[in-house]
Amino acid sequence: MKTHELIVVGGGPAGLAAALGAKEAGVDDILILERDERLGGILNQCIHNGFGLHTFKEELTGPEYAERYIRKVEELGVPYQLHTIVADISPDRKVTYVNSEEGAVTVQAGAVILAMGCRERPRGALGLPGFRPAGVYTAGTAQRLMNMENHAVGKKVVILGSGDIGLIMARRMTLEGAKVEVVAELMPYSGGLKRNIVQCLNDYGIPLKLSHTVTAIHGRERVTGVTISKVDENRKPIPGTEETYECDTLLLSCGLLPENELSKSAGVKLSRVTGGPEVNDKLETSVPGVFTCGNVLHVHDLVDYVSEEARRAGQNAAQFLRSPKTEATREIPLFCEGGVRYTVPQTIDPVHMADAVTVRFRVGDVFRDKSLVLYFDDHEIRRVKKNVMAPGEMEQLILAKKTFADHPDLSRITIRVED
Amino acid sequence: METRELTCIRCPIGCSLKVTVDGENVTVLGNHCPRGMEYGKKEVTAPTRTVTSSVRVTGGVLPLASVKTVPEIPKEKIFDVMRAIRSFTAAAPVRTGEKLIENIAGTGSDLVATRTVEQK
Repeated sequence: MKTHELIVVGGGPAGLAAALGAKEAGVDDILILERDERLGGILNQCIHNGFGLHTFKEELTGPEYAERYIRKVEELGVPYQLHTIVADISPDRKVTYVNSEEGAVTVQAGAVILAMGCRERPRGALGLPGFRPAGVYTAGTAQRLMNMENHAVGKKVVILGSGDIGLIMARRMTLEGAKVEVVAELMPYSGGLKRNIVQCLNDYGIPLKLSHTVTAIHGRERVTGVTISKVDENRKPIPGTEETYECDTLLLSCGLLPENELSKSAGVKLSRVTGGPEVNDKLETSVPGVFTCGNVLHVHDLVDYVSEEARRAGQNAAQFLRSPKTEATREIPLFCEGGVRYTVPQTIDPVHMADAVTVRFRVGDVFRDKSLVLYFDDHEIRRVKKNVMAPGEMEQLILAKKTFADHPDLSRITIRVED
Repeated sequence: METRELTCIRCPIGCSLKVTVDGENVTVLGNHCPRGMEYGKKEVTAPTRTVTSSVRVTGGVLPLASVKTVPEIPKEKIFDVMRAIRSFTAAAPVRTGEKLIENIAGTGSDLVATRTVEQK
């Protein structure tokens, strides 16, 4: 059986940065496996700007951001295979992939980094009533069709869901001459970044209707209209509030789901909240030597954070390859309370952790003038005032290793939202 | 004197700005960086945007090359710029950073490719 020190599954922003992180840390025998015909992943279709302010201190578009990483991968000679689907990963890190040149191949990896990204929540998962006419797209599918494949998507558009891709597509379609009638959002707040509400909706006078959902899709061959209704506090449509918009297209921007079929086959334990693997502070999953990063781990709001996280995953995989056997470790669990939905990582090893570990998380509601409070057992360690926190934006706290020295008997770390 | 409440769009943090215009004087509060200061001042005097789109490419491995305006264009010129973008076709190869249209729609800004499209 062929062997590789490190196999990276996925050649998007996470996979590229992870491979580079490992390469910089001294791993030479790396293979990136990518199913598309080019590296860069979803950044290829994200032609809008706003990427790279943290990483490169300048504002780039998605393809430009991807190209910088791809160029580096080429310069350093990190091997990659395109048109290649990973079919299976075993718990002992045998990776089976398929492509048209080699057929099905199984290789033994010293370490694996899972960087498969996420999928859009499809129509079937939303329980939308009505027929199945043409003209209903997830926002990202429409984005790919328009920005990469030169297909027109529609002329009169209703968008359900105010995730960032939906907002970006509202602007994109408007620029291409379509009329975006309305963006309907089930929740009483937007799932997207504030800046996107401003520059994608407000700039073009596109209304955002919060606490609204689609209650009928009209048309049999092609969408002819969409009815939206206001919903009550239990997200149930309120009879009598129906408004029907004539349109030929319905875009769905209703959330992203980490794609973890391969993680499951590897026996990786998944979080029920994030849909991604549970990880320790090394971004290592429950299966030793299997690391993960990017949107397959948890859905990020910024690619810059993905790159940073992925680079650490690559460095940690390199560390694992140098010295895979560590003595039994103490893993301190992180708990979230009072509005914090999850944390990544889920555990921290106070002995082997890096000097600083970034804990990322999201809140489950919009909070104004609250504080994020970090506890080691019952001791308040830090209190950070926050003007606004929203589910659409990721939060983070950085934990320093030296703090742990003062708490040798620590049994739990808690992050809470408090007044 | 007029005060406007804005959300900065210069980065994903989206700072809430209070911009006060008093004749020639514009003051910006709530920004966390110099870019926010600049955004607040420009937004109440002469708002600008980066337009991103794509142009058709002939003879390339992809049918489209993504593009952006450099520097930002006046906000009211967005649709003039889009008309110019839609009526333009580039021939492969196209290189990231290549100027495709100079002084697009009379804005003084250039249209620059943001991806490389190799020849087929």
